[in-house]
Amino acid sequence: MQPYFSLHYGNPSEPHQWGQQARAAIDEAREKVAQFLGAKPQEIIFTSGATEAINLAHKGLIENIKYPHIITSSIEHKAVLETCKHLEKLGMAEVTYLPVDKDGLVKVEDVEKSIKPETVLVSLMYVNNEVGTIQPIAEIGKLIQKINVSRLTSHLLRIFFHTDATQAIQYLDCQVAKLGVDLLSLSGHKFYAPKGVGVLYFKKGTPIVRQQDGGGQEYRLRAGTENVPYIVALGKAIEQISNFQFPISNKIKKLRDRLIDGVLKIPKVKLVGDSKKNSPHIASFLVEGVEGEAMMLLLSDRGVAASSGSACTSGLLEPSHVLLAMGYQPQQAHGSLRFSLGKENTQEEIDEVVQVLPGIIRQLRRMAPKL
Amino acid sequence: MSFSQLYSEKVLEHVRNPQNMGEIKKPDGVATVGNPVCGDIMRLYIKIEKKDGKEYIKDARFQTLGCGAAISTSSIITTMVKGKPLNEAEKITKTAIMEALGGLPPTKTHCSILAADALKKAIANYRQSHKK
Repeated sequence: MQPYFSLHYGNPSEPHQWGQQARAAIDEAREKVAQFLGAKPQEIIFTSGATEAINLAHKGLIENIKYPHIITSSIEHKAVLETCKHLEKLGMAEVTYLPVDKDGLVKVEDVEKSIKPETVLVSLMYVNNEVGTIQPIAEIGKLIQKINVSRLTSHLLRIFFHTDATQAIQYLDCQVAKLGVDLLSLSGHKFYAPKGVGVLYFKKGTPIVRQQDGGGQEYRLRAGTENVPYIVALGKAIEQISNFQFPISNKIKKLRDRLIDGVLKIPKVKLVGDSKKNSPHIASFLVEGVEGEAMMLLLSDRGVAASSGSACTSGLLEPSHVLLAMGYQPQQAHGSLRFSLGKENTQEEIDEVVQVLPGIIRQLRRMAPKL
Repeated sequence: MSFSQLYSEKVLEHVRNPQNMGEIKKPDGVATVGNPVCGDIMRLYIKIEKKDGKEYIKDARFQTLGCGAAISTSSIITTMVKGKPLNEAEKITKTAIMEALGGLPPTKTHCSILAADALKKAIANYRQSHKK
């Protein structure tokens, strides 16, 4: 990435050799992303991140369709939920938000039951960012493909399937053909590329309309001069994962399970979701009688970075919509504590968390009034 | 999140070393207030002493289930009222609490309201139970 800031600084839209050097670097990165996803390079658009990719996928798909219906879930990332709410507010789409069970799973039959003649988009995240739940994307992909065949004969528009794979890239199979998706979005910074770069995969023939107007970059689907160094970095990072996905996944899973076993020894602590079925990098807990931010603060003093879905930690003072959708009460979400693991974490670090957390929880519980 | 970016040094000091935490066994006044916005709960106990016909807050203690801001506002209000004449203590406003803490982030100002409210209600509870 570094040389593309100051050494190879050409604008890829220019025909001179400096421009063409940058162009070649973008092409190479695009090729790597395509290979990782089992797609063609012409199906890859670089964006500023998953949020932009998601906006483009949703708004761009429905732009030319009169009052379409979208199906999504109630535990999506805000990038999807807010995009859908915006489209609803503008009267541009009708949206169904599917419920989830206590582990955060969408039921395939709920997807099937919600499909209407007007449905043009099903958008479901591959891995939930707060709990780690893995949705049955491939199964839903098959269902949609089957339904699309029958829609052909009844002259209905086909349904397109989008997945936000941001949290899955490092750990799960993201081959688009296996998943049966037409659109897939991802963010670079979830796999060690810089923040501020992402990708939208769109299957050839998916009728998206660009949302950011201007020049002809990115197959005329995303105007604006390309962020060459970040795109190069994303290409390099995704290539690295292709080589190490499974060993990293296994290593993190072992650490995560060790963390879960240790934390669950603390009284009145509950694990959120079904860890065996979840993505290996997230462990989410509900701690009774303690507020999440207070735990984060004292953990931070001990050098541990955690997060929480408690209302106090959200800028909007609302408890996590994911925990609420999973059926937890706001007061349970108040005690939410979440750890995200990465490939650089060590067993010693996990053991340290398991060692310091009980004291922090005891300290805060002692402070709380008996109700 | 870096907590030293979010909170003032004073707030962090009170979270790390809360003052007057715990229960007063036979309080003269007590109040439990809950914050419906975020779910925080604060309980404030006061012990009153009469000197020369004047009422003073002899002791104040708190119990709080809440975030850093809630803990620090509870803790600091106990230090602000201890030893104060009752009629002065009850004039403590949310702004005074915030100022004493060196400010609170905008999303956390409701925690200072919670502490001011707990104090008012604890004093009201004392007056109610000592009205004869």
